Amino acid sequence: MGNVLILAEHRQGAVRDITFEMLAAASGVARDLGGEVVVLLPGSGLDDLAAQIAAYGVKVLVVDDPLLANFNAEKYQLVLGAAIDAYKPSLVMVGHTAQGVDLAPALAVEKDLPFVADVIGLAVEGGVLKATRQLYSGKVNAQVAFKPAETCLVTVREAAFEALEPPGGGAVEKIECPLKEDIAYRQFVEYIEAEVGDVDITQSEILVAVGRGLREEKNMPLVEELAAVIKADLCGSRAAVDAGWLPHDRQVGTSGKTVKPKLYLAVGISGAFQHVAGMKGAKAVVAINKDPDAPIFNVAHYAIVDDLLKVVPKLTEKLKELKG
Amino acid sequence: MKTFVCIKYVPDTSEAVVKINAGGTAVDSSRFSFDINDADNYAVEEAVLIKEKCGGTVTVLSIGPKESEVMIRMALAKGCDDAIRIEDERIALYDPLMVAKTLAGAIKGQEFDLVLTGCMASDDGQMATGVALAEYLGVPHAAMVKKVEMLDGKVKVQRELEGGLMEVLELELPAVLTIQTGINEPRYAPIRGIRAAQKKELKLVNLDDLGLAASEVDSSASKIVLEKLYIPEVASTAEVIEGSDADEKAEKLASILVKGGLV
Ligand SMILES: Cc1cc2nc3c(=O)[nH]c(=O)nc-3n(C[C@H](O)[C@H](O)[C@H](O)COP(=O)(O)OP(=O)(O)OC[C@H]3O[C@@H](n4cnc5c(N)ncnc54)[C@H](O)[C@@H]3O)c2cc1C
Repeated sequence: MGNVLILAEHRQGAVRDITFEMLAAASGVARDLGGEVVVLLPGSGLDDLAAQIAAYGVKVLVVDDPLLANFNAEKYQLVLGAAIDAYKPSLVMVGHTAQGVDLAPALAVEKDLPFVADVIGLAVEGGVLKATRQLYSGKVNAQVAFKPAETCLVTVREAAFEALEPPGGGAVEKIECPLKEDIAYRQFVEYIEAEVGDVDITQSEILVAVGRGLREEKNMPLVEELAAVIKADLCGSRAAVDAGWLPHDRQVGTSGKTVKPKLYLAVGISGAFQHVAGMKGAKAVVAINKDPDAPIFNVAHYAIVDDLLKVVPKLTEKLKELKG
Repeated sequence: MKTFVCIKYVPDTSEAVVKINAGGTAVDSSRFSFDINDADNYAVEEAVLIKEKCGGTVTVLSIGPKESEVMIRMALAKGCDDAIRIEDERIALYDPLMVAKTLAGAIKGQEFDLVLTGCMASDDGQMATGVALAEYLGVPHAAMVKKVEMLDGKVKVQRELEGGLMEVLELELPAVLTIQTGINEPRYAPIRGIRAAQKKELKLVNLDDLGLAASEVDSSASKIVLEKLYIPEVASTAEVIEGSDADEKAEKLASILVKGGLV
């Protein structure tokens, strides 16, 4: 009782960072609940991964079976469900990731668990487990309490918690795979790597990033001219890519690229966490947005609150003049 | 091919000042403009594309207020065939599992091949409703779908993972897919379609009509309690460039960038 069970996340042979971030998030909760942190690691050929996670001083329950070679939400749901039945953790943590969002809501329904998605904070107050999450793309926070239950379930936002240094001293225990044969109703086929484009924006020194605030494709020359004057490459938010203004390889964020330029000029981008995850490593961030409450300003060094359609042409003109 | 597409009427808060009521229990949405959720718009398009290719019908399903009928009619104008609007104050809308259970109540007992939803609602960003709905319906699912190909008795999809990596998988039908933005190019409703949409059936139902007891989907059924909403304190350290107009701000920024050696 009081234990926190984390579903480890890995893909193509590597543990994903969210696993270590969940370990950091779990330690305080486990202490307050009077339990310990246990990690469930399903997959195939897991010895290295198990050792890497155990180094965080936790017990790793390994379910190593060729049937689990690639992530499959339906199979992983069976494995995690069986572990919940066997170990009765007070809290189960899954990443709010492409894997986690494909699995956790169905598990919550199947096992009738109190469930909160995309959690950025967790606390135990007076014996009650509470989670913090965000609404309206980060403009509002919500505090949600779990009604008393044997097991609660959360998905944890990426980069919301900072991974700690591994202290060493954990243990690995192999457990049996509850799945005995393959399932027909959902079958993994293959991975297809993202396309490679003409410019690798992960290597760019200066990036001009454009978002939905540009309104229309016919306004693209505004940012193209700005980029040309300062020898920047162009990139954008998912909204800009979805609209077809830029190819997918220019998308910055969780489902696009992670960039770390010296200067990132965000034009008409709101700053959703999926976008910020891809650009917060930039040395200097300039944001131009007419909404003073836009979350992008929380990661910006310089801010202009105004209409980009007016600011950008003037900025281009002045930069041209100054750079002669 | 029988498809349901679930859509949500959401406020556009990307440029709006968001205020919380005094009790900290609700967002004051009186001055927001509402429209179809971004990802749901792509789901509607995908449903219509599938119908155009494979035949069949598409039923729109939405939980929402009377005003959302404008959005529903727009989906009908784009080629969906009929619609069900669920309105009932008793549903615990803050809990995606209760929303999913309600939607399942409207679908269960009918023949269907596919249910499409958006992968995320832009207002509360749970990314949970579609996947929970699949479990309530007892059918397989895939979340964050960026490509759909109908096969015989199966559907082949590509799920978009981190970094743009695609996971290709096959599901047996019937199945639920949560659709990611960018999967297609949502069409504009043709004028003819808009006229035709006025004559298509749009049924209004409540929990009783769906055969659901309030105690299955209300705040007593929900296992979570929304305790409070608040505006997060932000530790923005950004230097806000002031000026009497956009020109002055732009000029100041240009100097800062050049003097600071940033460009
Ligand atoms: C699974 C998943 C993965 C995702 N991955 C990514 C990702 O990799 N990258 C990504 O970017 N997003 C991603 N998203 C989407 C993300 O949630 C946001 O929807 C997206 O980032 C919004 O893009 P935006 O900022 O351009 O648009 P919006 O949020 O619509 O913001 C537009 C901004 O422009 C401003 N604006 C409008 N007009 C003007 C004007 N005239 N002058 C100045 N400012 C103006 C507005 O105030 C607003 O802040 C993902 C979402 C999901 C569900």
